Amino acid sequence: MKEFKILAIIAALVGITYYGIEPYAHHIMHPEVKAADFEFKDLKNVDTSLAGNIDNGKVLVEANCIACHSIEKAGHLQIMSNADAAAAYGVVPPDLSSAGRIYDKNYLANFIFDPVSAMHLSHKYPVGGAKAFPMPSYNWMSPQEIMDVVAYLQSVAPKVAGKDAHKATYDAACGRCHSMSYAKFEATTPKDAIKAYMGATPPDLSQYIKSRKEHYLHGFINDPQLLLAGTSMPRVGLNEKAQEEVIAYMEEIGDSKKAERESVGLWVMLYTFVFAILAYLWKRKIWSEVH
Amino acid sequence: MAEFKQADSLYEWFDQRLGIDKFVKVMMTEYWIPKNINFLWAMGVLLTVMFTLLVVSGIFLLMYYKPDINMAFDSVNYTIMQEVGYGWLFRHIHAVGASVVFLVIYIHMFTGIYYGSYKKGREMIWISGMLLFVLFSAEGFSGYMLPWGQMSYWAAYVITEIFGGIPLIGGDLVVWIRGNFYVSDSTLTRFFMLHVLLVPLAIIGAIVLHFYALRFPHVNNEAGEFFDFDQEAEKYLAGDKKNSKVVPFWPVFLSKDFFVLGVFLVFFFYLVFFHYDFAMDPVNFDKADGLKTPAHIYPEWYFLWSYEVLRGFFFEIAGISGKSLGLIAFAVAQGVFFVLPWLDRSPMVKPANQRPYFKYWFWFLMVDLIVLTVYGKLPPTGANAWVGFASSMTFLMLFIALPFITRAEAKKVGGK
Repeated sequence: MKEFKILAIIAALVGITYYGIEPYAHHIMHPEVKAADFEFKDLKNVDTSLAGNIDNGKVLVEANCIACHSIEKAGHLQIMSNADAAAAYGVVPPDLSSAGRIYDKNYLANFIFDPVSAMHLSHKYPVGGAKAFPMPSYNWMSPQEIMDVVAYLQSVAPKVAGKDAHKATYDAACGRCHSMSYAKFEATTPKDAIKAYMGATPPDLSQYIKSRKEHYLHGFINDPQLLLAGTSMPRVGLNEKAQEEVIAYMEEIGDSKKAERESVGLWVMLYTFVFAILAYLWKRKIWSEVH
Repeated sequence: MAEFKQADSLYEWFDQRLGIDKFVKVMMTEYWIPKNINFLWAMGVLLTVMFTLLVVSGIFLLMYYKPDINMAFDSVNYTIMQEVGYGWLFRHIHAVGASVVFLVIYIHMFTGIYYGSYKKGREMIWISGMLLFVLFSAEGFSGYMLPWGQMSYWAAYVITEIFGGIPLIGGDLVVWIRGNFYVSDSTLTRFFMLHVLLVPLAIIGAIVLHFYALRFPHVNNEAGEFFDFDQEAEKYLAGDKKNSKVVPFWPVFLSKDFFVLGVFLVFFFYLVFFHYDFAMDPVNFDKADGLKTPAHIYPEWYFLWSYEVLRGFFFEIAGISGKSLGLIAFAVAQGVFFVLPWLDRSPMVKPANQRPYFKYWFWFLMVDLIVLTVYGKLPPTGANAWVGFASSMTFLMLFIALPFITRAEAKKVGGK
């Protein structure tokens, strides 16, 4: 039928244009990069096949870590205010309670061995450069000792699930630098301090699920340098599950009406579809008189 | 004053005073539309519905939107999208509707070009329609600034900057438009006024003119046939509905439009709920920052073809800078469709496929506009810049060639 032919021509013209300005243009403007690597295969300083000893790890952590880091779940509370901690270190040092849960084991071990190379921040903290990363390398520890620390951190990490885990992971992994104003959350490191420390104020992430989209965040959080070379954001080393929790939290806050949108959408489309059918039947009746 | 007899019913009471019977006849039941039409003739009704949806959703948004650079972004993305009940629905309908309305406008416009519905008495329909296109463009552009995202800001910056290229007054003009030396709070507030008051008023006026302009030359039909509407209407009213070449606007014409509208709305609402990125660019969910230029700046898709004509001229020719050439070409592109009825020198009012030369011109134009649109979005580097230049030149050449092509066509068909 002629009308279908016209519709097909219009659909083809619109389809070609759409392909050009959306998928194709995006492909040109945002070329694909290496897939996210949640095993952090580039880090090989520590033999992570060694089984860690939790008790020895506890001794090592208490001797080496808690001078700067709180571990609230193990009873080591934060001793300075956020402002004082930021003034002392540049940024509030992370509480290590959930480190064993949210960070990949291989990443965590290699981070302890040498933070800067694990974070992919050697452009910001070159060896012998003017600025040094606040945490020293523990490359004098043996691989066994490092794995003991990792085992201890994994043992103290609280088990959380569901939406609580989403927020907890965000707070622990992102919340020292990034505010989330739509959740009324302010980064724990004070604004001026974090700006001085990072070189620019880290963005508020309230709308990042919309402005960056899940696909980009998936790659970016895993390794920021791949998508934004030279950024001062570190590779934080989240395991895949923790990263999904962070993205889920960003969606809960940034796109809180998603579920409502999708269910209302189906009903509205169904309603309109029924309208179209009734309109067609009415049209047939009316036009049968004039044809 | 005429003498009024006692009304027997409420209807009669109103009819005496407002002439309802007569009005309904003139506007609906005896407003005659050709019978020989296809679904492309429903685009006008689709546009009327879309405009209504935009006005209604806009009124709801207006109740919570704040035209202030410190509050605009959050009033849209937090208050409206997350706090107000169904605020997200109105925002999505408004944003997606603004984009889709241009799709329908383009279909409507190129239907008019394809069937030759702009000449031989229909010039004012065409001109009032083009006026609506320009007004909708102004409405789209001013509205896009309101969420105060990165693309709102930078597209506004780039587009207002264009006026700076106008000789002598350019610099002052840009400041006058922005109300400041850069895109700022004053720019946002005045664009808000334009978007919610002045331009919509002008659009409503232009819609009335457009509808009125249809009355005397009448709507074209699929074959481009001229016939006596009064005679055909008489035939219809006498009961010979099957042989009459016309149908009344209500209920016959609208019954078909409602069906087309229904199918269109399924598609539209699919976009509103499930596929809206093309109309709500992710970049615009970053708050405007005058110190941070996005890697790629592009206008909304419906402006891309003219934007590409503007930037297609990227080098100096005969001592005239690329910027000036682009601006001239851009100005021509904005105006040239208005004079289409006079560029087409052929008397034929027929679908393009029945016109020996015009059909090539039409499809060439379609292809060129699609190329311009796609390359208007791509970064203008390397070969892309040259494709842009070639397609911009092609666009201009097509309109320069049109009078010659159509004159040759007139000669060939012998004035028919």
